[in-house]
Amino acid sequence: MQSGEPSDETYPVQRAFSRYVRIRRMPFTPRRRARVAHDPLTSALRTALAPDRVHDGALDRRLYARDASVITGGRCGVVCFPQTAAEVQACVRIAREHGRAVVPRGAGTGLAGGAVPCDEPVVVSTTRMTRILSVDERDGVAWVEPGVLNLDLTRALQPYGFHFAPDPSSQQSCTVGGNVANNSGGPHCLAYGVTSAHVVALDVVLGDGTLTRLGGVDPDPVGLDLRGAMVGSEGTMGIVTAIAVRLTPNPPAVRTLLLDFASTADAAATVSGIIAAGIVPAALEMMDAAITRVVEAFVHAGYPTDAAAVLLVEVDGLPGGVALDAERIEAIGRANGARDVRVAADDAERALLWKGRKTAFGAIAQVKPNYYLHDTVIPRTKLVEVLDQVYAIAARHDLLVMNVFHAGDGNLHPLLVYDAREPGVLERVHAAGAEIVAASLAAGGVLSGEHGIGLEKRRFMAQQFSADDLDHQNRLRRAFDPDGRMNPGKVLPTGASCGDVQHLDRVPAGAWV
Amino acid sequence: VTVPAERSLVAFAEEIGADGPVAVAGGRTKWGWGGLPADGTRLVRAPVGVVAHQPAEMTVRVGAGTTLAELDDALARNGQTTVLDGPPHATVGGVLATAADGIRRLRVGPVRDALLEARYVSAEGRLITAGGPTVKNVTGYDLCRLLVGSLGTLGLLGEVVLRTRPRPAAARWLSGEVDPDELRRLLYRPSCVLWDGTTTWVLLEGHDVDVDAQAAVARGAGLADASGPPELPPHRWSVAPGAVREARPREGRCVAEIGVGALHCDVAAPPREVDERVRTLHERLKAAFDPTGRCNPGRDPLRRGVVTVA
Repeated sequence: MQSGEPSDETYPVQRAFSRYVRIRRMPFTPRRRARVAHDPLTSALRTALAPDRVHDGALDRRLYARDASVITGGRCGVVCFPQTAAEVQACVRIAREHGRAVVPRGAGTGLAGGAVPCDEPVVVSTTRMTRILSVDERDGVAWVEPGVLNLDLTRALQPYGFHFAPDPSSQQSCTVGGNVANNSGGPHCLAYGVTSAHVVALDVVLGDGTLTRLGGVDPDPVGLDLRGAMVGSEGTMGIVTAIAVRLTPNPPAVRTLLLDFASTADAAATVSGIIAAGIVPAALEMMDAAITRVVEAFVHAGYPTDAAAVLLVEVDGLPGGVALDAERIEAIGRANGARDVRVAADDAERALLWKGRKTAFGAIAQVKPNYYLHDTVIPRTKLVEVLDQVYAIAARHDLLVMNVFHAGDGNLHPLLVYDAREPGVLERVHAAGAEIVAASLAAGGVLSGEHGIGLEKRRFMAQQFSADDLDHQNRLRRAFDPDGRMNPGKVLPTGASCGDVQHLDRVPAGAWV
Repeated sequence: VTVPAERSLVAFAEEIGADGPVAVAGGRTKWGWGGLPADGTRLVRAPVGVVAHQPAEMTVRVGAGTTLAELDDALARNGQTTVLDGPPHATVGGVLATAADGIRRLRVGPVRDALLEARYVSAEGRLITAGGPTVKNVTGYDLCRLLVGSLGTLGLLGEVVLRTRPRPAAARWLSGEVDPDELRRLLYRPSCVLWDGTTTWVLLEGHDVDVDAQAAVARGAGLADASGPPELPPHRWSVAPGAVREARPREGRCVAEIGVGALHCDVAAPPREVDERVRTLHERLKAAFDPTGRCNPGRDPLRRGVVTVA
């Protein structure tokens, strides 16, 4: 998807999803078969899997050199599409025999370059492992393969009255395996917790090709919490081949409110007020003036275009408590200067309000063709202070910034919006990004709330952690992968260069938060 | 972080030093979990005190040696609590090191999800920070999860940041001779459902109006108000929630946490098999974090469920 492509009525998630499907269904042509046959690595993989599930054509290698991040410069060796854990083991063993690293990959929606391959590794795509293996209401878990799409899982659980709680905005196209790798969040993790809280057991192929179960369906699995260590390790400690996810009961009642403020300070004070009052909404999202105007022009949801900030708040649970919480949130909002509080009257209006939030990133194309999205977390009581700094940083670098983010847990997503054709703009985007990261850390925050470190942020790791801290993280990683076979070069800062975070010639469409 | 708290952390690290077998003593409420400290192990105390409770962040920074009673008193002043549960003199660090869940896990989740940041002393005597102080954080490797339940064998907890929760406005126990699974299906996210083979107990928590409504449902199913949970037998078993009925021991009392899979039994849990590859990972982790084996020698996370009596 070229940047600068005019926006249309299609939502970005759907556009990117169709792109992803096209990749998966790439026909295997005789010409590519002939090329493949000469390479011993590819031959071995084809023998172990099937010829049409091992791709090393030039086009495939180019496609799989990227993910949804801005990072270019990756180099893909060969792409495999195993269908079973045994085939994943074969991929890892064959890669090992040929001295190649292994890069696990789900749908490629990651925003930090975690799936960008370096040095021509074997890329193992889980997109052909899409079975929901079991739904066990008595155990309260479903076993799924890693390639199951997040939203497909929730839809499959719907008849049972359950859902999978992590709901990243990419949920129509991201995989549950990818969620595990990145410990993904989403708007509703405010009340329900991120992926780690929803995964009880994992089957994992380690870098030596062995298959191991970590964690368990029982409450106290034996030994250390290796499951917890694996979740969020960005594919650097193994490839997950089956996942036991917790079933979350669907709430009997839900209410969604849109609060309209004349200042971001009032909106932020409302966020703190809600949390301090002992209310934990299911979701608590903020959009600033710039993004609200853009979104409204895109989805026509009735967002106030003259607001300095809006809050989208959702409460769920039993009907009585939901009604009470909604009333209290409205009162807290009005006490903090809310000009208007709109309560969605029905599911259709709820869906429309959420559509505005979840498609915000597609709407930006109306303004400028490119954006660079940041992901940091700050203490929620410092929202105003850090937002003011973000605006000042953008102004100093002559950039447009928009903010649409998970305010309830302090997870900022400043979008630097620009036109890559403008000379020198990329340097300014990167300088501003580094300053936003520094401002977040200075406020007592952390580097990433849900997108992960990948290649993008490893250079900032030493700003948050001491050398000793990073050494301990590396000890964990090396205990799982002593030879450094799994997704090398990611997460921890290294001297090796892989991927060019500075080179932003284009930004993939359909990048979500 | 306040200056006195930082000073006591540094003193804690200096006391641990870099040589000789060492363990932290807390409230000794789970002292024999996974083994007793080997002879000659030097015992130290972790820093005590609530460093900072930030109600609007829903976090608290607390010394690992602080008792649950002191922590909960401090949090209650602002209407909050944590998922940490246990005897009042149990320490924060002890509950984390043993990953000992309370009976409200069905609703509030396990202890392991509560730890946001850990400042611990390594086997080399260095002060290490794992995780971060915010409620949401995916920066780097999740060492916090590894530390919870590690029995102090990878490093010694000095100070932690925990996620807090609103203290529920209302709480009510009911009990009756009803099928626990059928009762659970009627209710939305009860805090605890216990079953001893005959009687079912349920804990409802939340808004008054919600607790009233759910209590009415429970009464309709044949339950009546109860003063509290039954006394729990001493030994804890861990089984798949769906296997609670089959897994119950034949002898002695057994109270099951329905939907969780914890069994509280008179008889000790049978030994559990450990997968060879899981054992190898444990050995590698121990070698990586504590190459000389000085942190809590005698204790083994693979035997965490086995209680040794002193």
